[in-house]
Amino acid sequence: MSPLVQGAITIFVGVFGCVGYFYAANLLLDKVIYPAKGPNIGRNINRANAIRPWLFLLPAILALSIYLVYPVIGSLIRSMYNRAGNEFIGLGNYTSLAGDPEFQTALINNALWALVVPAAATFFGLVVAQLTDRLSWGNIAKSLIFMPMAISFVGASLIWKFVYAGDPDIGIINAIRDGMGLDPLDPLQLPFWNNFFLMVILVWIQTGFAMVILSAALRGVPEDTIEAAIIDGAGPFRVFFRIKVPQIMGTIVVVWTTITILVLKVFDIVYTMTGGNFGTEILPSYMMSFMFRDDGRATAVAVVIMIVVLPVMIWNIRQAQKEMR
Amino acid sequence: MADLILKGVAKSYGDVNVLNDINLDIETGELIVFVGPSGCGKSTLLRMVAGLEKISGGTFTIDGQVMNDVPPSQRGIAMVFQTYALYPHMTVRDNMAFALNIAGKSKAEIDEAVNGAAEKLQLKEYLDRLPKALSGGQRQRVAIGRAIVRDPKVYLFDEPLSNLDAALRVATRIEIAQLKEQMPDSTMIYVTHDQVEAMTLASRIVVLANKGIAQVGTPLELYERPNSEFVAQFIGSPQMNLLAGEIVETGAQTRVQTDQGGGTIVSDYPSNADDQGARVRVGIRPEDMVVTDSADFAYEGKVAITEALGEVTLLYFEAATGQDPVIGKRPGVHSDDRHKTLRMSAPPEKVHVFRDGVSLHYR
Ligand SMILES: Nc1ncnc2c1ncn2[C@@H]1O[C@H](COP(=O)(O)OP(=O)(O)O)[C@@H](O)[C@H]1O
Ligand SMILES: [Mg+2]
Repeated sequence: MSPLVQGAITIFVGVFGCVGYFYAANLLLDKVIYPAKGPNIGRNINRANAIRPWLFLLPAILALSIYLVYPVIGSLIRSMYNRAGNEFIGLGNYTSLAGDPEFQTALINNALWALVVPAAATFFGLVVAQLTDRLSWGNIAKSLIFMPMAISFVGASLIWKFVYAGDPDIGIINAIRDGMGLDPLDPLQLPFWNNFFLMVILVWIQTGFAMVILSAALRGVPEDTIEAAIIDGAGPFRVFFRIKVPQIMGTIVVVWTTITILVLKVFDIVYTMTGGNFGTEILPSYMMSFMFRDDGRATAVAVVIMIVVLPVMIWNIRQAQKEMR
Repeated sequence: MADLILKGVAKSYGDVNVLNDINLDIETGELIVFVGPSGCGKSTLLRMVAGLEKISGGTFTIDGQVMNDVPPSQRGIAMVFQTYALYPHMTVRDNMAFALNIAGKSKAEIDEAVNGAAEKLQLKEYLDRLPKALSGGQRQRVAIGRAIVRDPKVYLFDEPLSNLDAALRVATRIEIAQLKEQMPDSTMIYVTHDQVEAMTLASRIVVLANKGIAQVGTPLELYERPNSEFVAQFIGSPQMNLLAGEIVETGAQTRVQTDQGGGTIVSDYPSNADDQGARVRVGIRPEDMVVTDSADFAYEGKVAITEALGEVTLLYFEAATGQDPVIGKRPGVHSDDRHKTLRMSAPPEKVHVFRDGVSLHYR
């Protein structure tokens, strides 16, 4: 069967399966279990309405349990077994991780990523959002800046491979060095700094995201407060930093944490650009290097990542809920 | 300490002309109220004074200094917005101190100014609260406090009471009047679409309509001698009755025969000999209407509805569909006037005559 037909059938079954489920489940509830007639009509309607939300939530709860909760618990268990998966070794994988200098590098690098990328992307997004709002061609600029969002991480990495290429005829960095009479070098092999060259890629991608969200938030700042500040004598910088930014702080935090969570998941960039060599390893790519070779260790890394992401995620959800209120 | 002079001031947004040829002298210590129907350009005019809108034409001076291109913060003005426009992330104290901080005032000076304003406005206990923890009336007082601390020459208010409920509106209106009393030297410009606010607060009212000024005068001048049908109907509530008729006698006094009922009524407005036979409209305020038996009357009709408000009774006369009913106001309770046919008249000094919409008094 051609994959196209397969896809069409999947969509068809999926969509109508959902419709059928909701229709049938509601029918069952309203007509059979608690019919809206008879002597207990009032009680029946109340009960049916109390149950209905759960009918709608059930598929999602089931799917999340199967695809999220079960794997998490499975990973926790698997991370306590040896490489072959047949011998329980307790926290053995974790202690050996802690002793692995490669893991330590990954942890430190990851911390660096988690600090720099969200900060830079949010900052640039905010600045771009403010500046493009005042330009007649601001929307074109915005579209251009947003475009990297549509590129996969691997695709973006490939583009940046060209930027960082050693050949001065291809790579812009070496072209500049060449212009200054310097010898070409491989930026991705510069210890320590190569981490930042990789981060640039994610910043480049995420600035568009930050810009779009923050631009909407900036437009939501009441014009009156800005005018009041202008009358109070505030210049453009003060208006921006003392009036506008504080009023969108909630959104800034949400953008910041959302990007942080993303950063803690991205392995594609490192994997594509350096394969984790030259001291650029981060946790997800470190995990990838063990996958299928030592699943015990790989899942242990996954658990570590989850533990690191969890507090950020909780904060993010809290802020987002506060924003919605 | 500020004389404000607008000379030929105009405003256009692109090709759209909003205000035209505004000429106005405002003297130090006046409380000028801009009134007019919604969308007539009151806010626009105020914002040009504030410097938030560019002035498209003419000149605007404060104390002889041309202000057209002076930034808002250097005009010596402070503005209170309809929506309060408090900085939501700052405490009441910081809201009031913001301008002084920017101006580089010392901590002691700022504290003194903020505490003084808080005292005046009964905001002392709320200084460390955020605006969201205040009621609407308190927020508006903070906004006023933010203006006071800067000790401006000119206060600008843009419909400051519109977001308050009716009772609070009256209370805050009185507070503003008292505030003005305490600061006799400061000039205030106050925008509202509510003619009661205008009547109660203003030292002079500027009625805006049709892209320009319809009339300027004290509240009572506008009430007693409106220069046009528009102003006549805009000031006063319920609005002035306008009765079509024809001038039958001219001179120092004018006698008009009205179409409905055929009675004649005398006005103190003078008219010329060539007004004889001219089609005009007689304006009589509901509160000036009196019931009469004599052959001199302005209107005769059947009362369709009465509204007894206790101290007065409003009489709504039957009207052809689509037309405003003639309204009379009688002191006391007169619910039994309903369905009666009444003859209404008014004393000559209360009878206005408009030819082509313009008052004979001002020709
Ligand atoms: N930025 C703008 N662009 C075009 N027209 C505007 C703008 N702001 C206000 N106007 C027009 O100017 C007129 C006066 O507005 P405004 O001063 O706000 O009226 P008011 O305060 O008397 O209700 C309105 O007809 C409005 O449509
Ligand atoms: Mg307005």
